[in-house]
Amino acid sequence: MTDMRYLAPSTLDEAVGAFAAAAGAARILAGGTDILVQMRAGMVQPGLIVDIKKIPELTGIEETADGGFVIGAAVSGAVLYEHPRFGEVWPGVLEAINLIGSTQVQGRASAGGNLCNGSPAGDSVPAMIAAGATVTVQGPNGRRQMPVEAVPAGPGRTNLTPGEILVSFTLPPRAKGASDAYLRMIPRTEMDIAVVGCGVNLTLKDGVCTAARVGLGAVAPTVLLVEAAAKALIGSKLDDAAIETAAAACRAACRPIDDKRGTIVYRTKVAGVLLKRTVAIAADRAGRA
Amino acid sequence: MAKLHISTKINGEPTEFLCDPNDSMLDVLRGPLALTGSKEGCGSGDCGACSVMLDGRLVCSCLMLAAEAEGHEIETIEGMAEGEKLHPLQQKFLEMAALQCGICTPGVLVASKALLEKNQNPTETEVRYWLAGNLCRCTGYDKIVRAVLDTAAEMREATR
Amino acid sequence: MNEISNKWIGTNTIRPDGADKVTGRAAYAADTSMPGMIWGRVLRSPHPHARIKSIDTSKAEALQGVKAVVTSKDIVEFPVDKPVALGIQDMRWMSRNVMAREKALFHGHPVAAVAAMSEAIAAEACKLIEVDYEVLPWAIEIEDALKPDAPILHDFVQFEGKPSNIAGTLEHKLGDIEAGFAKADVVIERSFTTRPVHQGYIETHACLVSVLSDGKTTIWSSSQGQFMVRAMTSLLTGIPQSSIRAIPAEIGGGFGGKTIVYLEPLATMLSKKSGRPVKMVMSREEVMRATGPTSGSTSTVKIGATKDGTIVAAQGVFYLQAGCFPGSPIRGAAGCAFAPYNIANVVSRGFDVVSNRSKVAAYRAPGAPIGAYAVECVLDEVAEALKIDPLDLRIKNAAREGTKAAHGPVYPRIGLLETMESARKHPHYKAPLGKFQGRGVASGYWFNAGGESSAQVNITEDGNVVVTTGHPDIGGSRAAIANIAAELLGIDYRRVSVLIGDTATVGYSNLTGGSRVLFASAIVVTDSAEQVIGQLKARAAKIWGISADAVVWENGEARPSGDHTGNFPTMTLAEIAAKATETGGPIGAGVQLNTTGAEGGFSTHICDVEVDVDLGIVRVLRYTSFQDVGRAIHPAYVEGQIQGGAVQGIGWALNEEYIYNKKGHVDNPGFLDYRMPVCSDMPMLDAVMIEIPNPKHPQGVRGVGEVPLVPVMAAVANAVHSALGKRYYSLPMSPPKVLEGLDEGTLQAAE
Ligand SMILES: Cc1cc2nc3c(=O)[nH]c(=O)nc-3n(C[C@H](O)[C@H](O)[C@H](O)COP(=O)(O)OP(=O)(O)OC[C@H]3O[C@@H](n4cnc5c(N)ncnc54)[C@H](O)[C@@H]3O)c2cc1C
Ligand code: FES
Ligand code: FES
Repeated sequence: MTDMRYLAPSTLDEAVGAFAAAAGAARILAGGTDILVQMRAGMVQPGLIVDIKKIPELTGIEETADGGFVIGAAVSGAVLYEHPRFGEVWPGVLEAINLIGSTQVQGRASAGGNLCNGSPAGDSVPAMIAAGATVTVQGPNGRRQMPVEAVPAGPGRTNLTPGEILVSFTLPPRAKGASDAYLRMIPRTEMDIAVVGCGVNLTLKDGVCTAARVGLGAVAPTVLLVEAAAKALIGSKLDDAAIETAAAACRAACRPIDDKRGTIVYRTKVAGVLLKRTVAIAADRAGRA
Repeated sequence: MAKLHISTKINGEPTEFLCDPNDSMLDVLRGPLALTGSKEGCGSGDCGACSVMLDGRLVCSCLMLAAEAEGHEIETIEGMAEGEKLHPLQQKFLEMAALQCGICTPGVLVASKALLEKNQNPTETEVRYWLAGNLCRCTGYDKIVRAVLDTAAEMREATR
Repeated sequence: MNEISNKWIGTNTIRPDGADKVTGRAAYAADTSMPGMIWGRVLRSPHPHARIKSIDTSKAEALQGVKAVVTSKDIVEFPVDKPVALGIQDMRWMSRNVMAREKALFHGHPVAAVAAMSEAIAAEACKLIEVDYEVLPWAIEIEDALKPDAPILHDFVQFEGKPSNIAGTLEHKLGDIEAGFAKADVVIERSFTTRPVHQGYIETHACLVSVLSDGKTTIWSSSQGQFMVRAMTSLLTGIPQSSIRAIPAEIGGGFGGKTIVYLEPLATMLSKKSGRPVKMVMSREEVMRATGPTSGSTSTVKIGATKDGTIVAAQGVFYLQAGCFPGSPIRGAAGCAFAPYNIANVVSRGFDVVSNRSKVAAYRAPGAPIGAYAVECVLDEVAEALKIDPLDLRIKNAAREGTKAAHGPVYPRIGLLETMESARKHPHYKAPLGKFQGRGVASGYWFNAGGESSAQVNITEDGNVVVTTGHPDIGGSRAAIANIAAELLGIDYRRVSVLIGDTATVGYSNLTGGSRVLFASAIVVTDSAEQVIGQLKARAAKIWGISADAVVWENGEARPSGDHTGNFPTMTLAEIAAKATETGGPIGAGVQLNTTGAEGGFSTHICDVEVDVDLGIVRVLRYTSFQDVGRAIHPAYVEGQIQGGAVQGIGWALNEEYIYNKKGHVDNPGFLDYRMPVCSDMPMLDAVMIEIPNPKHPQGVRGVGEVPLVPVMAAVANAVHSALGKRYYSLPMSPPKVLEGLDEGTLQAAE
C-alpha cells in the first residue's frame, strides 16, 4: 500500500516548495481526470498529491489590457466556457478545451492538465499551439516562459524540470480579421480520444491570409506545429491549391503509430482532411471577426 | 496511513468523514457515508453512473479525491427528491419508462437536473451531448432524452 | 375464464420498483453490506496460456489483515471426461472458469482469490501469491486456433479423431441442398467476419456472501437467476442447495452476461474459510478481461434463388469463438439464420472453436445476430442481382403459419409477414435520402424460451395483493406482472406489489433469459390469480350461504349471479379479506410450472445511415424496428427492449470490438476504447409493435427481449452498402476500415 499524502496549498510558493521537496514522488492535481485514472490503474503511485485548485493565480481568467488572455493552468473547461469574452476571441481554443471528455469531465478538466499529461492526443494542445499561446512555469529556480509547443517531450513526458508547475497560459492579443478553429476525428460523437486533432489559427486581410499557425495532434509522439502547412496558407487567398498544399504538408508531417485508436494510413489521410475542414471554419470566422 | 478528517456539506447537511488520502469521493459516498445511490460503473470517468454536483457543477465522483471535498458542497441522487416529493425528472422518468435496469439512472438524473438548471429549453441535440458521458446500455437513450425534454417543457409551463 | 376489460394490460403503469430506482435506494449487489464484512479480490493470470505448476500462497496468508486465500483446490473438481450439464452450461468448464485448474487459458483467468480487511490489503496480498507458470503458445483468433500447428487448449477435445480446437459441431438439414442449388438462376456466396463484443452492462459483477459455522450460506448477488447462482455455487463448493439462500439483488443489466457465476463460489469459499461475510466487486477492467463477451465469428453463406425471387436453396457455415471452454452459441447462429424464410433446401452448420480468450457468455439471442448478419447481407445481394426490392424478396419468401423451419419446428400463427409488410408501407421506407445516405433492411428470428417458473399470489389482510415471482427483473417485468395481476383481479394496479423472491421464498424459476420472463411469469401468475379468484368467490359464497358456482368475480368484486342476482350486496376484495379468518383463513395461491408454448419471435428493421466519406464515419440517421410482440402488456417497456436492442446492434455494427495486443491481452478493457454508443451517437428510435397474440399464452405474450438485436447489424450493413454501393464483409464498420475500402471509383459511383 502506498502511503500517499494530500496537500492543498493556497499559495504557489508553498505548492512549488512542497512539490520540489518531494522530488519525483509528488504529483500535481488539477482536475484529476487523468491522474486519478492513472492512479487507479496502478500506472502511477504518488507519495504526495499537490492540489493546485486553491491557488488563485492558477484558477483565474484575466483579459489583459492589450486584449490578450491569461488563463490559470487549473481552470476547468466549464468555467472557461462561461467566460463572457473568451469564446468570442478564441473560439477554436475554447472548442478544443470543451471537447475534452463529457460534461462531467468538463467540470474538472483543465488545459494545464491536458498539456502536462503529455498525451499527443490532448485536444487543447494543437489549438493552443495554433493560437501561439505561451505558458508561464514556476519552479524552485523561479519563473520562466515558453511556447506551448516546447512543453511536450513525448508520450506522457514534458520539458518541465523537476519541481516546476505550470502556472498559466498567455494568449496574445487578437488582430482584426483573425480567428481560429479546432476539429478532431473520433469514431463516436463524444467520449473518445482524438485519432487526429487539428487546430488552425489565421488572419485574413482583404481575403488574403496574412498569418497562420497549424497545430496537429495524435499523429506523432508530441503535438506538432506544422510550419510548412502555415507557410502554404500565408499569402494565399485560401484557394483550393493552397489548402491542398497545406493538407499535403500536414500529411507529410505525420509520424503516427498503429494502435487501438487508428492506423498509420488512416491517421495520415485524416490529417489532410481535417486541415481542410478546420481552415474553412477558421476562415469563415476570421471573415466575420 | 493517516486518515484525513474532512468537513463538507452533503445534500445540504454539514457532514464530516475520515478518509484515506487516495480514496475517491465515490469510495467515501458509497462506503462510510452509505450513500450508495451513486454507482460505480467504471471508476474511470467513462460512464457517469457516479455523477454528483460539486458546488453546483456536474462531476464524476470517481474522478475526485474525497479529500478535495473539504469546504465544498456535494449533492447526490439521495438529495434530489424533496422529502416524499419526487423531482419532476424523477417522476417523468417513471411515467415514461426512461429506465430499465436502473443502474445508470441516478447518474442520468443528476446530470439531467444539472442541465435543466442551466438551460430550461434544451434542444434534443443539447440533451444528447450533455448526457454523452452517461452510458446507458438498456434503453438506447430514446426514452431518457424524451423524458428530459418533456420535463423541461413541463417545468417551463409551471414557472410561466 | 374471467372477463378481461383490459384496463391495465396494455397500459404504461408505473413500475412497482420505480421510486426505489429513481431515488438511489434500490439495492444492487455492490450496495449491500453486513456487519463484519471483509473484501475479496481475485488474482488473475498474466498470461493468455500457461500451465500452472504450483501456487504458493504462504506469503499472502501471512500478511496482516488477510483472512483467507482460496485456489482451485478449494473448488469442487469435475473431471474433464464426465459431462455435468446444468442448463446449457457444463460444470466441468464452469469449475475451471471460475478458478483455473491445470492451466490458465486466458489473460485474466482467475488463479487465486484473497479475502482481507480492506480491498487494498487484498490487492496487496494478491501480489504476494507466487504462481509458477509454464508459459505456452497461444491462439486468440479463429484462424489461428484452426491452423494445423495451433496450440491445443484441451488435449481431450478431439475433432475428426485428432486433438483440435474445434470443440463441437451442429447441423440442421432440410430437403436436398444440391438439387436446390441446381434449380437456382442466381447463386450468391459470401464470407463474413464479426468480432467478439461485450454485453456491456453498466453494473459490474458483485456479490456479498455469508457462510455461518453451521454451513448456512446467504448470497446477495447480481445475476440473471438466483436459482442458477444457488445451483452453481452448490456444485462448485459442495454446500447443499438447501443450505444456500441466494437473494437476487437488483441487477444493473445483464443481456445474458449474468447467466453464469464468476465471483459467488469464490466469495463463498473465502467466507467459509475466514468465517466472515465476504464482498467482491469486479472492476470494469476485470469485467472486460474475464467475463463473457459473445463470440466473434467467421461464416460463409450461399443462397440460390430463381428469377421470380423464390429462394430455392440456402447453405450456411458458421464458426464461432467459444473462448477458452467449449460452448459458443452455434445453435443460435445456425438455427436462427434461415428461420425467417420458407426455404425448401437448407444446410446450416455450426462449429464451436476454442481459443485463449475469456469464455463467452450469452448475449441477447446468443448467436442469432451473427447468423442473421451473414444471411441478410447475402439476401440483399440476391435482391440486387434479381432487381427485386429487398423487402419484396423477403416478403415473397417469408415463413408463415405451417412453414417447416430447418431447425425443426413447424410454425404456428406468426407475425413475421406483418412486420415486413408494415415496414414496406411505413413512411420511413419511402422517405427521401441524400448524398452518401443509404437505407438497409433486415429481418431476424429468435427461438424464445419458456421453462420453469413459480409465483405466489397472496391477498393481504387489508385486501391488497402481493405477487412474488422468481425471475430477476432487469427491464421492468414487475410492472407488466402488476398489470396482469391487477387486470385479472379487477383492482387498481397500485394495490399490487410485485416482488422477486429469493431461493428460499419462491419456487424454482429458471434464468431471466431466453426472453422468457414475462411469458413464463404471466402463466404462473395467471394460474395463481385464478386460484385466488376461486377462493374469493368461495369465501363470498360462504358468507352469503350460497354455492360458489353462483358467484362471479367482476371489477374486483364478488357478485351473486343466476337465481341469486341482486340478493346480496357485492363484496369487494377488501371486504372479503377482512373476513378471511372466519371464512377459512389466509387467501393466496402459488403455482410452479414448466411453461411451454413460448414460440419464436420475429422482427424486421429499417436503418438509414450517412457516411462521411472523407473520414469513414458511419452515422445512423433513422432507425425503425417492426416486431411481432404478441401482446404488449406494458407497451413502454416493450418499446424499451426494442430500442435498447437496436442500439446494441448499432454498436456491434460500427465500433464495438475486442482489440488484442501482441501479448495476447485485451488492449481496450474499458469504456473509453470499447466504444459503446453514447447518447449523442443516436437518433430517436421508432418501435412499431405488431400484436399477433401468441395462441399458446393466456395473454398472448411472446418473448420480446432478444429478437430486437438480431437483424440490426445486417440492417446497418445493408444501409452502408446502399449509401456507398460498396459492401463491407466484416464488422465493425469502423472508420479506418470504411475509409480503407473507399476509392475514387466507388465514391464517384456513390455520388
Ligand atoms: C472520460 C474521459 C474522457 C476524456 N476525454 C478527453 C478528450 O476528449 N480529449 C482530451 O484531450 N483528453 C481527454 N481526457 C483526458 C483528460 O480529461 C484531459 O487530459 C484533461 O485536460 C486533464 O486535465 P486535468 O485538469 O483533469 O488534469 P490532471 O489529471 O489533474 O493532471 C494531468 C497531469 O498533468 C499534471 N499537471 C496538471 N496540472 C499541472 C500543472 N499546473 N503543472 C504541472 N503539472 C500539472 C498532473 O500531475 C498529471 O500528471 C479524458 C479523460 C476522461 C476521464
Ligand atoms: S464510475 Fe465514475 S464515471 Fe463511471
Ligand atoms: S437502464 Fe440499464 S443502463 Fe440505463
